[in-house]
Amino acid sequence: MTDPGPAAEPARSYHGQPVIKEPVWTWEIPCYFFTGGLAGASAGLAYLSERRGNEVLARRAWAAALVGATASPILLISDLGRPARFLNMLRMFKVTSPMSVGSWILAAQGASTGLVALHAWSGRLARPAALARPAAALLGLPLSTYTAALVANTAVPVWHESRGLLPFVFGAGAALSAGAAAVAVTPPRHAAPARRLALLGAACELGAKELMERRLGELGEPYRQGPASTLGHVARACIAAGAAVLATRGASSRAAAVAGGVLLGTGALSARWSVFKAGFGSASDPRYVVGAQRERIAAGQTPGAARTAPRVASPRSELGSPATAS
Amino acid sequence: MKLETIAWPGSYGDQAKPRMGFFTDTSVCIGCKACEVACKEWNQIPMSVQGFTGHSYDNTIDLGANSWRHVAFIEQRKPVDADGDGSLSQVAARASLAEDQGLATYQEGDGIRWLMASDVCKHCTEAACLEVCPTGALFRTEYGTVVVQEDVCNGCGYCVPACPFGVLDQRQDDGRVWKCTLCYDRLKDEKEPACAQACPTNSIQYGELGELREGAEHRLAQLQHAGQREARLYLADDDDGVGGASAFFLLLDEPEVYGLPPDPVDSRRELGSIWAATAAAALALGAGLVAAALGGRR
Amino acid sequence: MGSNMAEQHPVGFQWVIEAKERGAKVIHVDPRFTRTSAMADRHVQIRAGSDIAFLGGVVNYIFERDAWFREYVQHYTNGPVILKPDFQDTEDASGFFSGWNSEHSAYQIDTWGYNKSTGEATAGKSEQQADVSGEQAHGAHGMKLSAGQPPDIDDSMQDERCILQMVRRHFSRYTPEMVAETCGCSAEEFLEVARALCENSGRERTSAIVYSVGWTQHTTGVQNIRAASIVQMLLGNVGRPGGGILALRGHANIQGSTDIPTLYNILPGYIPMPHPQSHPTLDTFVELNGPDTGAWGNLRPYIVSLLKAWWGDAATEDNDFCFDYLPRINGDHSHYAMMLKMLDGGVKGMLCVGQNPTVGSANSKLIRLALAKLDWLVVRDFQPTESALFWQDSPEHESGEVRASDIQTEVFFLPAAAHTEKDGTYTNTQRLLQWHHKACEPPGDARSDLHWIYHLGKAIRAKLADSEDPRDRPIREVTWDYPVHGPHDEPDAEHVLQEISGRRPDGSFLESYDELLPDGSTTCGSWIHCGIYKDGVNQAARKKPHSEQNWIAHEWGWAWPKDTRMIYNRSSADPEGRPWSERKRYVWWDGDAGRWTGLGDSPDFPPEKEPGYRPSRRAKKMEAIAGDKPYILHPDGRAWLYVPTGLVDGPLPTHYEPQESPFSNPLYAQQQNPTRQVFHRPENPYNPTDGEQGAGVYPFVLSTYRLTEHHTSGAMSRTVPYLAELQPEFFCEVSPQLAAERGLEHGGWATIVTARQAVEARVLVTDRIKPLHVQGRAMHLVGAPYHWGGVGIVTGDSANELLPLALDNNVHISEYKVATCDIRPGRRPRGQARLALVEDYRRRAGVKS
Ligand SMILES: Nc1nc2c(c(=O)[nH]1)N[C@H]1C(S)=C(S)[C@@H](COP(=O)(O)OP(=O)(O)OC[C@H]3O[C@@H](n4cnc5c(=O)[nH]c(N)nc54)[C@H](O)[C@@H]3O)O[C@H]1N2
Ligand SMILES: Nc1nc2c(c(=O)[nH]1)N[C@H]1C(S)=C(S)[C@@H](COP(=O)(O)OP(=O)(O)OC[C@H]3O[C@@H](n4cnc5c(=O)[nH]c(N)nc54)[C@H](O)[C@@H]3O)O[C@H]1N2
Ligand code: SF4
Ligand code: SF4
Ligand code: SF4
Ligand code: SF4
Ligand code: SF4
Ligand SMILES: [Mo]
Repeated sequence: MTDPGPAAEPARSYHGQPVIKEPVWTWEIPCYFFTGGLAGASAGLAYLSERRGNEVLARRAWAAALVGATASPILLISDLGRPARFLNMLRMFKVTSPMSVGSWILAAQGASTGLVALHAWSGRLARPAALARPAAALLGLPLSTYTAALVANTAVPVWHESRGLLPFVFGAGAALSAGAAAVAVTPPRHAAPARRLALLGAACELGAKELMERRLGELGEPYRQGPASTLGHVARACIAAGAAVLATRGASSRAAAVAGGVLLGTGALSARWSVFKAGFGSASDPRYVVGAQRERIAAGQTPGAARTAPRVASPRSELGSPATAS
Repeated sequence: MKLETIAWPGSYGDQAKPRMGFFTDTSVCIGCKACEVACKEWNQIPMSVQGFTGHSYDNTIDLGANSWRHVAFIEQRKPVDADGDGSLSQVAARASLAEDQGLATYQEGDGIRWLMASDVCKHCTEAACLEVCPTGALFRTEYGTVVVQEDVCNGCGYCVPACPFGVLDQRQDDGRVWKCTLCYDRLKDEKEPACAQACPTNSIQYGELGELREGAEHRLAQLQHAGQREARLYLADDDDGVGGASAFFLLLDEPEVYGLPPDPVDSRRELGSIWAATAAAALALGAGLVAAALGGRR
Repeated sequence: MGSNMAEQHPVGFQWVIEAKERGAKVIHVDPRFTRTSAMADRHVQIRAGSDIAFLGGVVNYIFERDAWFREYVQHYTNGPVILKPDFQDTEDASGFFSGWNSEHSAYQIDTWGYNKSTGEATAGKSEQQADVSGEQAHGAHGMKLSAGQPPDIDDSMQDERCILQMVRRHFSRYTPEMVAETCGCSAEEFLEVARALCENSGRERTSAIVYSVGWTQHTTGVQNIRAASIVQMLLGNVGRPGGGILALRGHANIQGSTDIPTLYNILPGYIPMPHPQSHPTLDTFVELNGPDTGAWGNLRPYIVSLLKAWWGDAATEDNDFCFDYLPRINGDHSHYAMMLKMLDGGVKGMLCVGQNPTVGSANSKLIRLALAKLDWLVVRDFQPTESALFWQDSPEHESGEVRASDIQTEVFFLPAAAHTEKDGTYTNTQRLLQWHHKACEPPGDARSDLHWIYHLGKAIRAKLADSEDPRDRPIREVTWDYPVHGPHDEPDAEHVLQEISGRRPDGSFLESYDELLPDGSTTCGSWIHCGIYKDGVNQAARKKPHSEQNWIAHEWGWAWPKDTRMIYNRSSADPEGRPWSERKRYVWWDGDAGRWTGLGDSPDFPPEKEPGYRPSRRAKKMEAIAGDKPYILHPDGRAWLYVPTGLVDGPLPTHYEPQESPFSNPLYAQQQNPTRQVFHRPENPYNPTDGEQGAGVYPFVLSTYRLTEHHTSGAMSRTVPYLAELQPEFFCEVSPQLAAERGLEHGGWATIVTARQAVEARVLVTDRIKPLHVQGRAMHLVGAPYHWGGVGIVTGDSANELLPLALDNNVHISEYKVATCDIRPGRRPRGQARLALVEDYRRRAGVKS
């Protein structure tokens, strides 16, 4: 609560206070990262399975997409400071705001998925539903990855500095989630594509996240501390275990498939959560914010925002003070 | 000198007003906090008692939803610097004298300085907060400033981590985000912002940005001339990471000492690459899906 | 020195910054490194209570370097005046001046006068002997001198007994080494300041000294300022632009409430309050209080015009203009004297208007015990303060010493209007009056103080309307007829200002106090303010911006006397009336026009008196002031390096230790100011001082002060949300060394203990407080702002619980700035245990309780 006093203070921060603000987002947001990815990739899986004639898998994947697409806006709205004003999200479309772009994607993808579901249950609106199927699948792709853009496009070092890899981590996570969900609810003999997706996603997720954390170097410390680290371990363990179970017994045992699916799903969610939490850790410690910037300056990539050399040759001849300059 | 922002003056046509801003000269700030109080009074900001922090005389802690001005207090032992001004070398002389007399534990020969600086939203030329706001609640005014429309903001919170200066924050009981408006309402009445008007030493100078920048260069030159080698302008240039700002500062030490980022960048500058990576990842996901669904058995 | 201007006078401090930017060197001499120090070129840390040693050192330095301004000193000060042969300095009598009466603990001042001056020292000289409290020193305005000329003068200033030589000798032991030893700064630091002052004084340059309560709140308060006066007079820094001694006053309008006083011992315009025995008639009053010469030679017209303003037609030549109606002063009725009397059951009721004494006054517990002895108490304030609620909540309630049901005092709370809710004036530090207009109506039942006092007066008068009792006549006959307006019959404040300004016999407004007459034909409520309504215009309400006039800004507000912006400005010219230098010209003699002229200020001198004017032997009043004597309020027209009359503790400043000090007086055998007021009683125990048994129990120096963020007792800031949050908790400031020594944790809690009480405060460990090396030992300071109390948005223990009553006897100000204490980590014990802790300390220190 208090710093150790001026004498002991590390010189180069303001009483150890953060330079940027931690996000105000709460638990809904990492859940949404998960459900958005689930909805997005599931729609793709469903659509492609359908095209391949795997109706059993397709129906279940559509259902997963529907669950994801329904949960996502609920989570998002509930996180808003003013939930009643959620429609303001659609007041404009702004490419500079991944959240704006994402809201439209989510809205469109959700509507498409909804249409597909409606048609599936009631048989009505067949023609629009026919268009909605590929639309949901296609929109599902950016829906799965834009959330990475959303967090990368902030001042939070651990997010911003991994902007190149984070979308791949999230994309892989989406694949993993969709595969895991489908595997868990589909009889193993119909679930081969889902298993493949889950295992592919798992591999990519583990690899991409590992790569991302390494590339961050010192900035990646928040991933190795506190809740982000714990969640990271949980994620890795669950994903590895889930993948192992799935790879070995997933095709043969329903129980193993369910267990593997649940483990992978938990892993995917934990991984999202770990990214989320690492952002907080990175924002709250001025070392990361200032450190990265100081490095840039030291490397000569940028002069920084301060300058000691005046742009005039000499001070104004007439002496005046700021106190009375008008 | 380029002062234009993306939406100003262009989108205002002849409604555009000169770009207004603050030059905060911290070398004359006496830490009276009149700016903090005047801002709260004028804008009817809720009280926020934080308790005793031990951060020197700063019990406000930082900028946030309920503090749109924040005065920082930094106590420093000033190392004896032979190149410094006269009084410092005298300090050095005293130091050795003190040592001779065995008094080193008491007057240690170190000078001390107490920096005070009033911080505020920078009203960046390239304002990340404004760019990321999905609702358009944050907008660029005809004065080139950045303001939250409180009737539009839905509290999505995106602007909060987007601001490279940690200015914006959400008000707990209200859900929306709040920050300095550069007294948009007062500007419209051709009044000076409340904080600047209250500042007794004119540490906060309000005016047309172009003129402020010119004055600031002279002030910097004056201080450098007087041996204040550590004096520097912060955010006074177009070529920094936020394209300069309407509120810029004269500091007497590195920005981070005041809790300011040394190289703030509007994240939008990387947005192209971010979108590219996002699209690539989406395609990769597509490819993965196709591979998973079409490869191997049904 | 002794002022934290940036924090306590931030708006005025902009001009210091302005001066600094223009090249002025700003030096801050203070026991702490404050926001003022942060802006200064140089901060010199000294031990609290050692300023006379420091300034005495400067005086000594000035003599050593021969840096004094000979012409100025010779013509404008009393340096050349020869003193009585039987005067003895402290240097000769180990810390006492001649005339010490140890039985009465007071001085008899017969020997202090100018040599061969036959007249009595005025203003209660005789009372001074009779009344050991030194009561009648108040309002002393000099002595009788024929023709305004001290009888024995040596213009060469070589005579052993001339004042200049006396001053030189008095301070000759105040060497740089002695300064370092006493003040705890290094000799080099001291020398830097002394050198800077001397180098920046003389014909071409001037230096100003700023002080506030860091100087006054000592048992040597008045002499601190006297020491500065000596420095400034020797250097010729008074009455000249950029010079002077600036007393930064306290509460907004504390200056106004001194000029038209809320004080018990003076009448408006510094006219002394009459004494029952010595002043039976107006004639004796004028005879004893007014010197014959100088501006005070006109005391009669001043007081007669005042009496006419108060009693109007009832005041006639025959009844001495109702002089008998004035109250008489028969003792010390200053704040603490009153509180002690109250404690002894001698006061029935109290009107507490604009004060919060249970937080603002020293020894809070004593104050509360005293209030509890009242029958009734009226508090007029914005909201119930600690003083209004003393009966229901206090540390004594917490400890169980007192229960609300035991307190019989009936407390009335009346809501008061704030300054924004009423018309009136503020008098600033520099005697400048500014009118403020009401901005909005007071809320609810809140009324202005003027409204309350006026209608209270009317109610009392109505009650006494039929009284035959002669003692009620002053009230029945007083002029009490201000026009009222508005729904609540608000009296017209401008009308009051008109009465203060004064009228001619024909009812027109007076121009200046020169027009006042002794025959009762003029009225004037305060002679120094005469002319503030001249030409029927509220001069204080003029608000022409400085940008539209020259820097003297004569059309902004109005300054007493006669709208003089710089007092004694005749001394900005040399004896012949020429500016000392072009750079520093201000007021000078225009021979062709035959008058004083200048940059635009009103000359503080008879406008047509030529520099060469010499009074005749019979001259009186202003006629007796020569053309080269600028200090017209003194009977000799000179500034006083040495004060022959008016002070109870000596004509020259002398270093004494504070009442409580961890050190012995390095200069004199006499430890403390011998005339200080102390009250030895169980409610007011003192910590032992250095040399006494048990002094080590309270080893540290405690000093109290203010913060920008709060105002005095906090009643106006702890109750305001935006101010309360800025400094939400009572804290103390200590050095890292003391923190280490006592195990105090930054951000944690500490308990500060004196013989009076124990309080708890958060700890701010800071390099801004440095231990000093004094007399071969470490001196640790515990700094404590005094703004907290039990009521408000933020609350906390009050620093004044810790302090004793120890007063300067000239003005009865309390030594808030120094005491001794101990400090220990952790929060204080609660309830009974708190008392036990204090008691334990007392026992160890041998303090009787
Ligand atoms: N913000 C604010 N402004 C105020 C007030 C307030 O409460 N808050 N109060 C008003 C009032 S009533 C008054 S009287 C004035 C007082 O104004 P100041 O006199 O400036 O107030 P203080 O802080 O009490 O004391 C001033 C300084 O004296 C120093 N000091 C203490 N002892 C000594 C000593 O022995 N020698 C020297 N040289 N310095 C010493 C203290 O360290 C402190 O920095 O301020 C007025 N202005
Ligand atoms: N330890 C310590 N004690 C000190 C000092 C110190 O430095 N150290 N400084 C001393 C000094 S310099 C001072 S001036 C005193 C101040 O001590 P106090 O005068 O006792 O304290 P204030 O809080 O100023 O009290 C003023 C009260 O007047 C009320 N008030 C304001 N305006 C009006 C008005 O127009 N009408 C009425 N009726 N009420 C009004 C306010 O609300 C407040 O309650 O403290 C002294 N005590
Ligand atoms: S400082 Fe932050 S809140 Fe202010 S305009 Fe810039 S980005 Fe927006
Ligand atoms: S919280 Fe409000 S102002 Fe900030 S980005 Fe969201 S809608 Fe815009
Ligand atoms: S410009 Fe207005 S809103 Fe902004 S800090 Fe100043 S007073 Fe507050
Ligand atoms: S009002 Fe001015 S001097 Fe006071 S703290 Fe704010 S910026 Fe500094
Ligand atoms: S509070 Fe009022 S009197 Fe005091 S400095 Fe501020 S403006 Fe001046
Ligand atoms: Mo005061």
